[in-house]
Amino acid sequence: MTINQLQDEVIEDFAIFDDWFDKYSRIIELGNELPAFPEQKKLPENLIEGCQSKVWIDARLDENGLVVFSGDSDAVIVKGILALLLHVVSNHTPQEIIETDLYFINEIGLKEHLSPTRSNGLLAMVKQLKFYAIAFQSQVGK
Amino acid sequence: MDINTHIESIRAQFPILTQTVHKHPLVYLDNAATTQKPWSVIKKIEEGYTTQNANVHRGVHFLSQMATEAHEAARITVQQFLGAAHSHEIIFTRGTTESINLVAHSFGETFLQAGDEIIVSQMEHHSNIVPWQLLQMRKGISIKVIPFNEQGELDMQVFASLFSEKTKLVAVTHVSNVLGTINPVKEIIQIAHSHQVPVLVDGAQSVPHIAVNVVELDADFYVFSGHKIYGPTGIGVLYGKEKWLEAMMPYQGGGEMIAQVSFEKTTFNELPYKFEAGTPDFIGSTALAEAIRYVQNIGMDQIAAYETYLLNYAIQQLQALGDIRFFGTSAHKSAVISMQVGNIHHYDMGTLLDKLGIALRTGHHCAQPIMKHFGIEGTLRASFALYNTTQEIDALVAGIKRVKQLF
Repeated sequence: MTINQLQDEVIEDFAIFDDWFDKYSRIIELGNELPAFPEQKKLPENLIEGCQSKVWIDARLDENGLVVFSGDSDAVIVKGILALLLHVVSNHTPQEIIETDLYFINEIGLKEHLSPTRSNGLLAMVKQLKFYAIAFQSQVGK
Repeated sequence: MDINTHIESIRAQFPILTQTVHKHPLVYLDNAATTQKPWSVIKKIEEGYTTQNANVHRGVHFLSQMATEAHEAARITVQQFLGAAHSHEIIFTRGTTESINLVAHSFGETFLQAGDEIIVSQMEHHSNIVPWQLLQMRKGISIKVIPFNEQGELDMQVFASLFSEKTKLVAVTHVSNVLGTINPVKEIIQIAHSHQVPVLVDGAQSVPHIAVNVVELDADFYVFSGHKIYGPTGIGVLYGKEKWLEAMMPYQGGGEMIAQVSFEKTTFNELPYKFEAGTPDFIGSTALAEAIRYVQNIGMDQIAAYETYLLNYAIQQLQALGDIRFFGTSAHKSAVISMQVGNIHHYDMGTLLDKLGIALRTGHHCAQPIMKHFGIEGTLRASFALYNTTQEIDALVAGIKRVKQLF
C-alpha cells in the first residue's frame, strides 16, 4: 500500500471514535503494542528530547531498498502516535517518504500533539523521519 | 473575609473561570505557573489605556502627570505590601526572572571577583540558577548548593557549613514551585548575616500565598512577579535594601536612569530610577497595585488559611486514591502538589486530564535539579489559588480515577 492509502486507512479506523476516551484508549493500546525497542538502541544519537517526553527513533534500509523505522517513547500517548506514524511511513522507499505529506494526524484530531508548544518530541521526530529518508536516498543514489 | 463562605462571589470576580474546556467546566489548577485575573485588575488595565496613558516622568502635561502619579502610587502600594522601609527600594521589573538577572548582573559587577562564592539551593527554579551560572562564566565565581532531604526540606546543617570568607551572596527561594516547601528564610538570613553575607529571596511562589515582610525577614533582596499574584504579565518587583541598591552599578542603560549624559561623562539618576531604564510598564504597575489591593482586601492570612485547607483536603483525597507518589511532603508547605500517579507518565496524565477540562502542569517545571534528586523526568503538579474549591479537587480526583481506567 502507498503511504496515502495507509493514511486513509488510519483515518477510516479512527472515524468510529466520537469520544475522546475511546480514541485515546486506542492510541494507548497502539502504544502498548508497539514492538519493543531494544535498550541498546536508546543511544543519544537516536534520542529526541522534548520538554515533556522523550522519543527514540532508529531506521535502516532493508534489502529491498525500503526504509524500516523503529522507535519508542517514555509516554504512552506519544508512543501510540509514534506507532501510527511508523505504521504509515515504514517500509517505503526513501523517495516516497521524502515526498509524503502526513495529513492523517490532522484528520484524526491529534494535531495538538504535533504542535511546537507540546514539546513532546513528536514534531522533531517527524522531521527526523524525513532526514533519515534523505540520507538513505543519497546512499541509494550512489 | 472568610473565603469559604464567600467563594461564589470571589469566583464571580474572575471572568475566565466560567469557561468550559473540551465541554467541561474549566478546573484551573496551574496557579503556580500563572494566576487568573479579577475584574478589578482587568478594568484597571482598561482604565489606564482609556484615561491616563502618557509617558511617565517626562511630561509637564496633565496626562503625563496622572500616569506618573499612578505609577509612583503603585510603588508605594508595593512598598507597604512588602513592609519595605522606603518606596525607592522598590524597583519595577518585568518579573522575577528579570529581577534576579538584575541583581546577578549589578551586584555581580559591583561586588564579585574571580574565586568568590555564592550559595543557592538544590530546589531553585532555573531562573535562580542560570543567572548565577552566567555570572560564573563572566567572572569565574563558584556556586555552592544547599541540598534538600526526602521531604523536600533544605539541609540547614549543610547550609551553615557552606560559608567561607569567599561567600558573597545567598540566593534562595522562599517557596519551592515544585515541592511547595516553605523554606525557613528568616533563619537562612540570620545565618547568612552572621557571616556578613547578604541574601536574595525568590518570592515568586510566596508573595501570592503568605504574608511577607521584608524588614522582619531582614532580606537584602526580595523578588516577585505580578502575574502570579493575580496581576498582569510583564510586571514584577525587585526589593533591595537601599545600601545595596545605592552601591550597585546600573543594569541597563537608557532613558530615565540617567542624571546627565554627555560623551565625556554620564551620571546616573537616583533610586529607584537608576534601575528602571526606558519607559517602565506604568499600566502594568498600576494594575499590579490593584491586584495587591485585591488580595489585601481578602487578607493574606485568610488566603494562606484557605489554601492550606484546600491543600490538606486535596492530599487526603488523593491519598485515598492510592498508588500516588508525592514529591515534597514537608509540614511547612504551600498549596502545591507534585505527584506521580502509578506508572502513568505525566504527559499522558496531563493530556487526558485536559480532555476533562482540568488544567495542571506536567514536566520538570523548570527545576531539573529537583527531578534529578528524585531520579524522575517530571511530575504532575496541581497548584491552588484563592478561587479554587473542594469541588474542583473532587473533579481532579474523579478525573485521575477515570484516566487510570485507560491504563
